[in-house]
Amino acid sequence: MPIDPAALEALLPLHPQTFHILLALARGDQHGYGILRAVEERTGGTVQLSAGALYRTIHRLLEQGLITEPRHPSGPTDDPRRRYYRLTGFGRAVALAETQRLGTLVKLAKHSGLVPGTA
Amino acid sequence: MNRFYRALLRLYPAWFRGEYGDEMAAAFAERQAEGRGTGPSAIQAVADVLPNALAVHWSVLRQDLRYTVRSLLKSRGFALAAVLVTALGIGANTAAFSVANFVLLKPLPFPESDQLVRLCEGPGGWGCNNQMSGLNYREFVARSVSFRSMGAFRTWPVNLVGAGEPVRLAAAELTPGVLPILGIAPLMGRVFDSAQGGEADRKSVLLSYPVWQTQFGGDRNILGRTVQLDGSAYQVIGVMPAGFEFPRESRIWTSLVDTGDDECCLEGIGRLRAGMSIAEAKSDLSRVTVQLNSERPVEEETGHSTFLLRDEFAPSYRQLLLALCGAGLCILLLSCANLANLLLSRAVAREREFALRTALGAGRDRLLRQMLTESVVLTLAGAAAGFLLAAFSLPLLSLLVPRTLAVTGGPTLDLRVLALATLLIGVTGLGFGLLPAIRSAGTAWSGALREGARTGGGNKRRLRDVLVTVQVALSVVLLISSGLLIRAVWRVQAVDPGFAADSVMTFRTALPRPKYDSTHVRGEFYRRVLSEVRALPGVKSAAYTSGLPMVMIGGIGGITVPGQDLGPRPPGASFRFVSPDYFETMGIPLRMGRDVEDADVPSRLWVAVVSESFAQQFWPGENPLGRQFRLRQDLRTVVGIVGDVKFRGLERTSEPQVYLPAVQGPEVILSAYDPKDLVIRHTGSSAGLYAEIRRIVRAADPEQPISDVRPMTEVLGAQTATRVAQVRVLAALAAVALLLAGIGIHGLLAYTVAQRSQEIAIRLALGGAPRRIAGMVLSQGFRLALLGIVPGVLGAYAMARAMRALLFGLDPADATTIGVAVGLVLLIAGAGSVISAQRATRVSPMAAMRAE
Repeated sequence: MPIDPAALEALLPLHPQTFHILLALARGDQHGYGILRAVEERTGGTVQLSAGALYRTIHRLLEQGLITEPRHPSGPTDDPRRRYYRLTGFGRAVALAETQRLGTLVKLAKHSGLVPGTA
Repeated sequence: MNRFYRALLRLYPAWFRGEYGDEMAAAFAERQAEGRGTGPSAIQAVADVLPNALAVHWSVLRQDLRYTVRSLLKSRGFALAAVLVTALGIGANTAAFSVANFVLLKPLPFPESDQLVRLCEGPGGWGCNNQMSGLNYREFVARSVSFRSMGAFRTWPVNLVGAGEPVRLAAAELTPGVLPILGIAPLMGRVFDSAQGGEADRKSVLLSYPVWQTQFGGDRNILGRTVQLDGSAYQVIGVMPAGFEFPRESRIWTSLVDTGDDECCLEGIGRLRAGMSIAEAKSDLSRVTVQLNSERPVEEETGHSTFLLRDEFAPSYRQLLLALCGAGLCILLLSCANLANLLLSRAVAREREFALRTALGAGRDRLLRQMLTESVVLTLAGAAAGFLLAAFSLPLLSLLVPRTLAVTGGPTLDLRVLALATLLIGVTGLGFGLLPAIRSAGTAWSGALREGARTGGGNKRRLRDVLVTVQVALSVVLLISSGLLIRAVWRVQAVDPGFAADSVMTFRTALPRPKYDSTHVRGEFYRRVLSEVRALPGVKSAAYTSGLPMVMIGGIGGITVPGQDLGPRPPGASFRFVSPDYFETMGIPLRMGRDVEDADVPSRLWVAVVSESFAQQFWPGENPLGRQFRLRQDLRTVVGIVGDVKFRGLERTSEPQVYLPAVQGPEVILSAYDPKDLVIRHTGSSAGLYAEIRRIVRAADPEQPISDVRPMTEVLGAQTATRVAQVRVLAALAAVALLLAGIGIHGLLAYTVAQRSQEIAIRLALGGAPRRIAGMVLSQGFRLALLGIVPGVLGAYAMARAMRALLFGLDPADATTIGVAVGLVLLIAGAGSVISAQRATRVSPMAAMRAE
């Protein structure tokens, strides 16, 4: 399905929590609690999602078509009773666009002399 | 802890909980089990659920609002009708109750105003019918036990000179007790000192805020300044706060020192003892009256009229306002019925849409929520429009506040009423908005898909019929009631006042005492002014009188006739001192004899012109000319007979009238009986008249102010002004009701035709005559109208009997009014039906089939 650039653009910039959730799903399908743990582990515990915030975001991402609920989740499924979520093509494109946006920002910061460790 | 978390999940919308609740609970539990959470788990649970649940609700609400706006925009007709209906109901109801609340319930601007009682001499009835003598006032004070304190006052207009243009001001003399009884402190300075019965303040004056501002420019050093009132010097001792008016419209106050036996024209004001009711005060004063009368000769017997200061307005006001409230309530109910009908029709029309959405997986609570949002949006929009409607109608409504009521300012919108009306409409909106959704949420919607659009039979249909019938009935009640009141006003307006008000201008030049103590000096003033006024171009005639009809209703004296035994209490007649040409100027017909003349000076025979009813009362069937009678001891000879005048007002019975030459009066007479009103019959416009009169009066006496400049038609119009205003409001409400009923009938029939389009199409296709089909629709409309008209007429009759006092003798079952009202309803029902009937005959069989 072709991706509508306007629809994509309208979603940027992503909320950090949303971005983290998309990142957690980038490697493969994941259930809710798996997403929570993945986010925590990757950020060294600095980002802690509550269950409420997670499912509220999941609901929105489902509605916006960034993620979907696969009937047969791929990868290591540790609990078949759980509901798994998968990044859609559109979701991947959005995450990519956000990564690019952030990359550009970082470059800009470096050009301005803001290099971590030099301050 | 997990049970606590699960309980908290109830804060989420049910569909969200159903979708994610288990997962969330599991995630929360796992996190707790792994000991990853921070802080006490209960706080974590609350911090997790509360903000997120709110956020979910908010996002759903936004979606619902967007959807609602879209769907309402799609059916603009429905949305407009619903908002209009709601606005009319809320607006009319709020306006009516706001005024009624202001007049009937709002506390007066005095502390504990429900303890303030007015006292006058009898007879009873409403308001102050007879003022008291000093003797009676002091007896009432001494013998009554129900009052904490009592004071007396007397209204007494004065000429204020020495502060800009001389002005005539409504003034009152107050005993020192009055202001403390009212509980109002001065803005500046002090009130009257009660030492020695107020003797110290015999020449002191209190200014009202407006007089202080306009006449003295708000001078901060006003205290101690000397002003001239009616030619005497008074010292300003205080300024009363803005908005203080007692008695009503008073602008300046002096001290009432003498309440000697013969003092006249006093009115009492008292504050009840704590815990005393007005009923107890009345029986207390009745006891005092009986006691007094047992001690006095029969001709000195007295009575009392005692009433709450709060209630100083005609009882007919109360009735009219209650009628207005009833009408407001009717409109609100009509609106509810109409809205219910609209919503039912819409719900039925949307059954397929909902069935489809349910089939596509929309949860029941989600659909309910949407309908809820729609109802709330419609109600709020209607309430906002209703509020505007009520706000815009307020200026008209302030005309409905009786001028005798001791309040200043006008009514304000009563937000509680607004809230209540909105609530009632809101409940209707929610009830009828949700009911169909709740009922059909289950199996019915799948049925709706199968059934096509041919629903709307059975219970719902009957419910809508009932709603329309109720609307018709309510509008019939309103139409007949307001019709009767309109006819009553016409009857009052058609009453012959006894004079011709057209082309008569009136000006007041009240001559101050003691400057004009002498009858001769006053006579000179009248002669000079009148002769110059009569010479003005455009003036047909001019005269002076001591009181205009309907303006001055006092001045009643006991009549005795030599040789006639009229009992211990002589019958009363109104007396007026007039100059020559008064009857011609006022258009009062001279039936026999002559007018008063300049030659009727004090040294000649004291004469009188009397009204026909006077002659009829004392000399029935005889020639009254040359007969004699006594008024206040003075013997008068009748020289002329004139037509009767309704001097007490169009709706009241007036005593017979006596007119006396302006200069043939006792040398010492109350200035209240001085001729003071200049009446001028003019040709053409009265525009330039005031400047000319001003010039003439100033030449005669530079210190003499002119007040009360108004055409006689205004005096006459004031008799019915409030009634006319009230009736206009009622009539407007009735028109609204009629419109609502029309919308109701039309809406129902239009809906029925739409629902039965298939059946109609088949009938047409099978050769059914369009005329019969139109007849079928029409007969349905008229059947509903008739079903509503019968109880409506009965209800209106009951209502009319309750407000019989307002009908001025009109029969509550007045056939003309009922006929016109019923005719109007049938007309509107017919108009509503004809449109639908026409549409029915134009149903295209092919189109109707394709629609399925």
